[in-house]
Amino acid sequence: MELIIFKICLVLVLFLLSITIAAYSTFSERKVAAFMQDRIGPNRAGPFGLLQPLADGIKMIMKEEIMPADSNKLLFILGPAISMITALMTSAVIPWGPDITIGGEKVQLQVADINVGILYIMGVLSLGVYGIMIGGWASNNKFALLGAVRASTQMISYELAMGMSIVAIIMTTGSLSLGNMVEGQNGWHGMGWNIFLQPLGFLIFLICAFAETNRTPFDLPESETELVGGYHTEYSSMKLGFYLFAEYINMFLSSAVITCLYFGGYNFPFMDMVQANTHEVLFALICVGVFLAKIIFFIFFFMWVRWTIPRFRFDQLMNLGWKVLLPLSIVNMLITGAVILYNQ
Amino acid sequence: MQSLTNRSKVVSNKKMTWTERMYIPAILAGLRVTIYHFFKKKVTIQYPEQTREHSQYFRGRHVLKRDEEGRENCTACGLCAVACPAEAITIVAEERKKGEENLYREEKYAAEYNINMLRCIFCGLCEEACPKDAIYLTTTISTSDYHRDQFIYTKDMLVEGIQDVDRIDISSRRTGVREGAM
Repeated sequence: MELIIFKICLVLVLFLLSITIAAYSTFSERKVAAFMQDRIGPNRAGPFGLLQPLADGIKMIMKEEIMPADSNKLLFILGPAISMITALMTSAVIPWGPDITIGGEKVQLQVADINVGILYIMGVLSLGVYGIMIGGWASNNKFALLGAVRASTQMISYELAMGMSIVAIIMTTGSLSLGNMVEGQNGWHGMGWNIFLQPLGFLIFLICAFAETNRTPFDLPESETELVGGYHTEYSSMKLGFYLFAEYINMFLSSAVITCLYFGGYNFPFMDMVQANTHEVLFALICVGVFLAKIIFFIFFFMWVRWTIPRFRFDQLMNLGWKVLLPLSIVNMLITGAVILYNQ
Repeated sequence: MQSLTNRSKVVSNKKMTWTERMYIPAILAGLRVTIYHFFKKKVTIQYPEQTREHSQYFRGRHVLKRDEEGRENCTACGLCAVACPAEAITIVAEERKKGEENLYREEKYAAEYNINMLRCIFCGLCEEACPKDAIYLTTTISTSDYHRDQFIYTKDMLVEGIQDVDRIDISSRRTGVREGAM
């Protein structure tokens, strides 16, 4: 019983955390963009402009809701809903911290430690494109449709390379569960991160993560300069808000997955010494803090790249996906296999 | 062609080397540039609170001056309207009645004096044309508005106040013009 209440609390906390981080990502995106262009950025709403997400949210809700006359009403509403749901679902299998004891029972700081966690993430990620596809199709608009087609093409092309780089990780850790993967990286006083074993795999995964979240330089589905707004051209009000929110939640969770797979999750240097000298709950909180700090760094990295690199052309995108990343990830997998075989 | 500056670079279509085709070093160089700007001092001027310093010769919103006794200087001679290249100024002249000597300095005055601020190009020729020291451009920035008819500035918006505090100081403008003319 206690376990169920704890899990429900965890789900609520995760939901609120995802929403808050997504809201403040929109704010920090504008701040980071401004800072990189020698500007200051939004600073009028509240101290340092911190109430800006609230103002944006109110604006989004108050806007008029427009539905194109020839659109498919059901699918038009379903699009952003699917995007949002799949974005929020990913956080279920991410291990946020080490186990703690509540009422004599060992509890994991994870909503569901399913033993195929990484497959679950891959599955939910590929579902996410349905939201974009359906939304773009239902809009009955050529720009929206082009954006949707681009999104799905891109997703298919990059998911392969992503899957291959994950296979290499699975081979080194020998487990499909994200919890086990993170625990397995606590060697060398908490510095046994997979990035040192799989630098190439990390690079491939990172590039694919950019493509999967539709972030620059892979933001072709919504490229303003070519497609007006891409798949969300016809969307307004909170439906548009949901699409934008889903993108930022995806960014947050991609950062979380990258951290889990390659940067040791909640592991940090000299964590075994800290663990020996602090209370269990305090230690868990430190771990969660470290994990969040890593995630925030990666969110910053996403933004940093966005304001540095221009967008790819579509044929370049396809070339990179099929002719460079896929062969590279297969080579990476083969090398990993050979090294494992040699060490046996 | 000989370039005017020495900054131009010759573009070539040479085949990229293997490291260049990886793009990673180039991307890292780009990331270095953006992070350098991230920590650089910002150039923003937060407008309503801070303002950029104007040049000495800045020409802003017009003012119609009064003399020391508070009488309007303008005699509605129309030289400003003639001088105006944008034809922004319209004047309706009227004769001064008995008992109005404390209001207008000379026997003729402008009953209406309108400046269409959408036409005005702030060249300052009206000020140069004025023989009576009546019109000056101040350093005030003329405001924006939502309606076109709000941009026709009438006399009550242009004439400075009688009280000392309402007077608009244009002394820098006077010296500025003289130096600028020489």
